Amino acid sequence: MSTVLNRWRSVHLGTTTIVYAALVGIVGLGALVVSIEGGNLLSGANIVDLLTRSSLLGFIAIGQTLVILCRSLDLSVGYVMALSSLVAATTMAGDVSRIPIAVAAALGVSAVIGFLNGVVITKLKVNAFIATLGMGLIIKGYLDTQYAGPAGDVPQAFQAFGYTRIGPIPLSTVVLFVLAAAGIWFLHRTRTGHHMYAVGGDAEVARMSGVRTDRTVIIAHILCALAAGVAGLLIASRFGTGSALVYDDGYDLESIAAVVLGGTYLLGGRGGIGGTIGGVLILATLDSVFNILGVDPFIKDVLRGVIIIAAVAVYARRSLVGKVSRRRFTDDAHPPDLDTVEHGSDNRQEGRA
Amino acid sequence: MNTTLLSMTGIDKSFLGVQVLDGIDLTVEAGEVHALVGENGAGKSTLMKILAGVHEADAGTIELDGKPVAFTHPLQAQQAGVSTVFQEFNLLPDRTVAENVYLGREPRRRGAVDTRRMIVDTESLLADLGVEGLSARRRVRSLSIAQQQIVEIVKAMSYDARVISMDEPTAALAGREVALLYDLVERLKQRGVAVLYVSHRLKEIFDLCDRVTVLKDGKLAATGATADITPDELVRSMVGRPMSSFFPDKLPATTVGDVRLAIHGGGNDQLDSIDLTVHAGEIVGLAGLQGSGRTEIAHALFGVAPFTRGTVEVDGRPVRLRSPRQAVRNGLALVTEDRKTEGLALNQSIGANARMALDAVRPGASRARARRIPQTLSSLELVSRGLNQEVRFLSGGNQQKVVLTKWLVTEPGVMVMDEPTRGIDVGAKHAVYTLMRELAAAGMAILLISSELTEVIGMADRLVVMRDGRIGGRLRAGELAPDTGEAEVMALATGSTATEEAP
Repeated sequence: MSTVLNRWRSVHLGTTTIVYAALVGIVGLGALVVSIEGGNLLSGANIVDLLTRSSLLGFIAIGQTLVILCRSLDLSVGYVMALSSLVAATTMAGDVSRIPIAVAAALGVSAVIGFLNGVVITKLKVNAFIATLGMGLIIKGYLDTQYAGPAGDVPQAFQAFGYTRIGPIPLSTVVLFVLAAAGIWFLHRTRTGHHMYAVGGDAEVARMSGVRTDRTVIIAHILCALAAGVAGLLIASRFGTGSALVYDDGYDLESIAAVVLGGTYLLGGRGGIGGTIGGVLILATLDSVFNILGVDPFIKDVLRGVIIIAAVAVYARRSLVGKVSRRRFTDDAHPPDLDTVEHGSDNRQEGRA
Repeated sequence: MNTTLLSMTGIDKSFLGVQVLDGIDLTVEAGEVHALVGENGAGKSTLMKILAGVHEADAGTIELDGKPVAFTHPLQAQQAGVSTVFQEFNLLPDRTVAENVYLGREPRRRGAVDTRRMIVDTESLLADLGVEGLSARRRVRSLSIAQQQIVEIVKAMSYDARVISMDEPTAALAGREVALLYDLVERLKQRGVAVLYVSHRLKEIFDLCDRVTVLKDGKLAATGATADITPDELVRSMVGRPMSSFFPDKLPATTVGDVRLAIHGGGNDQLDSIDLTVHAGEIVGLAGLQGSGRTEIAHALFGVAPFTRGTVEVDGRPVRLRSPRQAVRNGLALVTEDRKTEGLALNQSIGANARMALDAVRPGASRARARRIPQTLSSLELVSRGLNQEVRFLSGGNQQKVVLTKWLVTEPGVMVMDEPTRGIDVGAKHAVYTLMRELAAAGMAILLISSELTEVIGMADRLVVMRDGRIGGRLRAGELAPDTGEAEVMALATGSTATEEAP
């Protein structure tokens, strides 16, 4: 294990590269195991299943990436998704002409919730964990009392969002990739994107440099809720109705797992959407493999847990390597640490005269 | 070139009723390097922070180019052309050099951040300052301390800074990096930038600075051209307040016994060639400037950042001190420099705090020894509403008494006290001093670390002065003349005299 880690360190790969290398490895290994059992992981049907599986989690995880980069968190995403699906489906009420207004209403409601999350966290100084958990419970209460079962009616035209394919690729996956690309552009090429890294990296440094930190966090939460709203639209188009019960599917924690698996630092300031998409695909691939093999659900969860923990342990090790040390003296018996030299750390031979 | 660029007049500042700055005047000219010196706590940092807009002055005016200015936020100071490079860098380790330099005002083209221009501009700033081999695309995390400092200076220059103040810029630099900084300061000077240079190091002050202003106890002690003052005079104007008779005398029963603590050739990242012994019944003072390695010795002994070279003996037995737990088991105790984060669990009760070390390290014996806690606390004259009171509600002095009790009940043979009287009132200080005398009389070996020179000189039998991670000199407290003692210690700590290793 340690030699592998050392090699990674010495080549100095980006975390995103590791995520995709791991993805390729897992797909390869999965394909091999499935083929031993006589199946084909890379068959058209399985690929479509895998991509379909990814898009829902993908939308949520993109949004989650933004808030985690800001050193925040959103546990209300599952409820926002459920609410969005209901708002969309009930507003459409089977009428094609109402699709635009329904989409606007669903996303509008989501954005308002995200805004409230952001304001509660930044202005009322409520810890993000509690603020979004509370918001989730409030939405849950509303959903549980107002909607006993599925509600609303989604016209065929909108269900196309859930079922259309472009070649072998589902339309929802295309939308996911477009959204991911937009997100990556946003983080790299807008001031707000740059400021998200700054706020998550060190809010005080950001503030001292003139960054409006509260505003940045609020925007991240709005975008996160919007992404969850898009996931809700996808739910509505797949089910043909709005569904309150999807909040039980655990997307909140799973999206955080995907973000972290994708190499974004849970305490903010480092990572990105590219890695998150890799993380989502890794989780979806594992699910597909386990489903095809008919793995016991218990074992399945155990394996997923192990993989997530192992991945984060690897990242944690890597981030220690680059740590800046203020060395004054080195042990004469040992040559300076090569890794540290490589990373340009301050390696101080003998002090001054 | 003799144009006054910055002038601060009659600056007053007090914190919680304590006057930190009292009527300070300071003028800095364009293209001048102006040294600001003084002992720890003389008010240098506060003055810098007022200039930087971190603190606001209670009274006094600041003029820039003859126009009065008032900074209430660091950003205002920066935008006005006054930048500060603090010891703690304001950089984001996971972002690139360019992203750090332009944070908060990223250049844009057609609405999007113009990353290429950001990099080109940063590299041209680096080139202007004659910095080579530092790519604007590097992540700050991967840079050395010296390079990070350059990034801070480049960031200041990107605001078109006309005044740059630097807080102890060489404190963390190695020899060749210091040369780099000298070049950089020289270049800034050529460009007409005024540099306010806060440093303890006399060599740098005389090498680099045109004028020097000395602060002492919050007051202006001296100001003038460095050419007109000798290092000796400078040191004398920094220290030399009358020695108080505040410190209790050594108890008559005190006898110096066997060696209880011995370090031979100790060293690690921060320390080198440390040879130190403390006998039973002895108080050894460890003096030196901030960052000179005083606290590092305490941390090395206590296994926080252990020695990687050399040996340590406690009561004649060689010991391995790789963790605080091992240190405590070997009879060491450490009263930490930072009481609130390292010494106490603030939300827990007095009783729980006092038992903490005991329960953790000597659970077998804890019950019997814990019975002595109330007695120990009352002998230190702790003022509290009982053992169940949370320590965060206690005053600094009473908190320190809880810390002392926590260690005393472990019955240590060697006690390391790092700034034991920092932030506590006079009465509590006296209680701590009296306790130290009693412990010494009972045969304990005490290593006292303090940045208050009067305290180390007043309490210690012997003084070890640290400089740059090594022992800069040794003095016997009894041989120090009362009026020049502090200057002698300061001279060893700053390296203004040749290092003399007294036995």
